Amino acid sequence: MSERKTGSEKGRKIRVLVAKPGLDGHDRGAKVVARALRDAGMEVIYTGLRQTPEMVAEAALQEDVDVVGLSILSGAHMALVPRVLELLKANGQEQVKVFIGGIIPDDDLPRLKEIGVAGIYGPGASTEDIIRQVREAVTE
Amino acid sequence: MTLTEQLLSGNRLALTRLLTQVENDTTEGRAALTELFPHTGKAHLIGVTGAPGTGKSSLVNQLALHFRKQAERRIAVVAVDPSSPFTGGAVLGDRVRMRDLAGDPGVFIRSMASRGSLGGLAQTTAGLVQVFDAAGFDIILIETVGAGQAEVEIAHLAHTTLVVEAPGLGDDIQAIKAGILEIADILVVNKADRPGVENTLKALRSALELAHPVRHVFQHHGVLKVVEAPHEPEYNSWIPPIRKTVATEGTGISELADEIDRHARHLHESGDWATRERSRLGSELEALLQNMLVARFRKQVSESIYEEVLDRVYQRELAPWEAVKVLLNGRSK
Repeated sequence: MSERKTGSEKGRKIRVLVAKPGLDGHDRGAKVVARALRDAGMEVIYTGLRQTPEMVAEAALQEDVDVVGLSILSGAHMALVPRVLELLKANGQEQVKVFIGGIIPDDDLPRLKEIGVAGIYGPGASTEDIIRQVREAVTE
Repeated sequence: MTLTEQLLSGNRLALTRLLTQVENDTTEGRAALTELFPHTGKAHLIGVTGAPGTGKSSLVNQLALHFRKQAERRIAVVAVDPSSPFTGGAVLGDRVRMRDLAGDPGVFIRSMASRGSLGGLAQTTAGLVQVFDAAGFDIILIETVGAGQAEVEIAHLAHTTLVVEAPGLGDDIQAIKAGILEIADILVVNKADRPGVENTLKALRSALELAHPVRHVFQHHGVLKVVEAPHEPEYNSWIPPIRKTVATEGTGISELADEIDRHARHLHESGDWATRERSRLGSELEALLQNMLVARFRKQVSESIYEEVLDRVYQRELAPWEAVKVLLNGRSK
């Protein structure tokens, strides 16, 4: 399969899947981020609440996104995030960058980075930082 | 194996990547469309349009579920949402209403931003539909952006166009205006559990009757009157049926699906399928030709000359029509 060009290619829009896996119902953060990425000129596919990792990976495949943003406030991130990464890889989408936002204890950060999470944001993170890092991640 | 070969052998990763190439109108995308074209022309293309909030996505969700249950037909969904005219960004939210379809390998949903295109579709929607068609999907549901009155492009793309209405959105004057109602092969009154549904149905029925007069028998002051239709209904003519649905509950969906299949049969039996297919390909060709010609022309005119002419228009020295003439003729002053 030929080498795939991403966001840097002229005219190519950055496509981002914003999903909320797991069982908490707090989607305000996900919506704020979706809106901010939209205003930064990206195309954001919003899938809504209570997604399983399988649903997230399936949507990422069908939408051929560059980035997956997961919002998790339930504390289940150590179960959900590795599973999403695993499924993306199984689908041949290992180039997709995964970002997470929500309530993530500091103790979990090293492990999440180690398995390949590109960015982790807690409460109070600035949307400018998120936008910049998403851009950098897909153009690198 | 090339991407197109992988796609034809059922590889989903190849499919999704080709969809991106085609959506971005890359050289690879155009080459793929050319290779895939001989494999197209088999799918039934169903357009779903209507005002924002009438329930198009929920309806698409239910229809896809129904078609999956009823027979082993593979379903593709192309859902178009608007891009921001200022930043070019978009939030594509149609999948939120289609979560019932997750996990079914016989369904493939792709969201698209309109990317500045008016008319209810994106410029490359037709291309995406061709890719799905070549990939062997039997039914392709195309959901337009929330359309107002004149977003009628879908009628040039789809074999069967559903126009979705909901109670409380407009009166009978809206119903006789030109535009979106005229393109309906099937009218759907969704949210039919809401108050006002009878008025909506009445307005749509009377608008349809103006277009397709039929024989009328009614009581007037206790006297039975008959008004004959001004002419016999044309042989084989299709009168758009009106179907009530409540998409969130799945009410009326199987009846609607039956009408869709009936319309497909009608198109085949009456020969309209061929006519539509030809005019569909005609308008696609026209659009491509226009794009290419404009692009080629802009390549020949240097940016500085173009800016100069634009300046003269701005100074009111040239009227826009004259400017076009200048650019087309001398390609300079």
